[in-house]
Amino acid sequence: MNDFPKITPMGERGILIEFEPEISEKLLGKLLFYKDKLEEFYDEVNVEVINTYNSLLISYMFSIENVYNEISAIKELFGEAKIGKTNNQQIFHLPVCYEEEFGWDLEYISKEKKLSKEEIVELHTKPFYTVFFTGFLPGFLYLGGLDEKLQISRKDQPRMKIEKGAVGIGENQTGIYPKSSPGGWQILGNCPVQFFDKNNDPPCEISAGDKVKFYSVSKEEFEEISEQISEGTFQLKKENYEG
Amino acid sequence: MKAEVEILYPGLFSTIQDFGRRGFQKYGVPLGGVMDRIALKTANLILQNQADAAVMEITQMGPKLKFSAATKIAISGAHLSPKLNDTEIDNNEVVKIHEGDILSFGRPEYGMRSYLAILDGFKTEKVLGSRSWYEDITSHEKLEKGMKLQYEASEEEKYETHAAIKFDEEYLNSEEIEVFPGPEFEKLPETLKSHLRQSKFSIDKNNNRMAIQLSEILENELEPIITGPVLPGTIQLTPGGKLIVLMRDCQTTGGYPRVLQLSEKGINMMAQKKAGDKIRFKSPPTPKGGEALS
Repeated sequence: MNDFPKITPMGERGILIEFEPEISEKLLGKLLFYKDKLEEFYDEVNVEVINTYNSLLISYMFSIENVYNEISAIKELFGEAKIGKTNNQQIFHLPVCYEEEFGWDLEYISKEKKLSKEEIVELHTKPFYTVFFTGFLPGFLYLGGLDEKLQISRKDQPRMKIEKGAVGIGENQTGIYPKSSPGGWQILGNCPVQFFDKNNDPPCEISAGDKVKFYSVSKEEFEEISEQISEGTFQLKKENYEG
Repeated sequence: MKAEVEILYPGLFSTIQDFGRRGFQKYGVPLGGVMDRIALKTANLILQNQADAAVMEITQMGPKLKFSAATKIAISGAHLSPKLNDTEIDNNEVVKIHEGDILSFGRPEYGMRSYLAILDGFKTEKVLGSRSWYEDITSHEKLEKGMKLQYEASEEEKYETHAAIKFDEEYLNSEEIEVFPGPEFEKLPETLKSHLRQSKFSIDKNNNRMAIQLSEILENELEPIITGPVLPGTIQLTPGGKLIVLMRDCQTTGGYPRVLQLSEKGINMMAQKKAGDKIRFKSPPTPKGGEALS
């Protein structure tokens, strides 16, 4: 018998819904479908639903009156739902400068993995990475789909400061630091795109279920894009994704 | 009329806070907000403010503030020996402020964080639905010397002072913190479960608005989990065996096993603990958030 999803209270203001402990696009699709259902069901003013790899968290603004009624209602909602397609997904094309100035650990990765810098860039820009969710820092995307050949362990000693926009690899994950922060990932480039802007609604354009693809730019192009971004004229390349 | 509080001296660490940001966890933005909601509610209630009017959260060594116009204030939470000009004032009562008055703080008596409410709340910027200060979201992260914070001046007598409200300050000093089992509690070996139920733990010096570490090292054999949701009040067990109590400014997701989850009251109580204080975990009297920690 399948024990999932497992629905349990998380303190007095949360209900946690856990699915099979795995990381897959299929599960992500299921999660996002249920997330939409829950958002339709609840008054969004009082409740926020977030997803991670294999969980949904319903986060309530106030203490839950009767948590068991709430859990029964969710079970009923899930029971009725037939899994269908989720909302339109998009592919975002993100510029990354892999030149020496930004690729602090390219040399190291190249030695460890016995790959030339060109091969590393090619392997890193090839996949359509899936955005599983945003967490850790405002605008930090959890991406799936890194090529196995690029998987490399984190640094033994985390750096005190990693630059905003730094693109890194840690084990089987790759991602972009949306702001400068301490961190232990191996850094291979920098992406000038702003991932979180508090003045935009929503503040983060890319969301769970979307795809991102990196493309390599030169230092000159990087600077040009940075300038366009600060002037507010940069257009992120995006297209609809037909999965 | 616009009025300002001028920061003459910033103290150790003070911020402006309300109930925090709702609806932005999915972008990785912490909920934030006052560490101790009981104190926020109390201070605002005394002034008959809106429940979520923005207050100043003051940690241990308080600031020195100058008011540009008449208003009323109330202080709740930790007792940090507040003084208006040269006169000592009490927590949990209305204090009238006149133009040019100076509020300062002295010796910390008990509790960790004190809350200064002002009539109608501080009118600092609202970003993503909240005035709570947070790095890169709001323009300021903490009080700095010379900063000026807006409020609405008020001369009129809005109401009579409350005479009969009694505030229970027991939560400020109690060692017993209410918890529920966390999502990974059941994976713990029995010895560790009973250790969590029975032992005393001490607050580490490593503590801030994001998290409070406990000093004791536990034997931990739990594997990290697939990164999952966390909330204020989630207690994680690190691979090194440390317990980390996540607080209001915590990240939205984490990969350490979530062994316990504080009750709402438990979070407020933790907010008032200082380095070296001892705590013990206990199940809440009515386990409305789930099963008891049995």
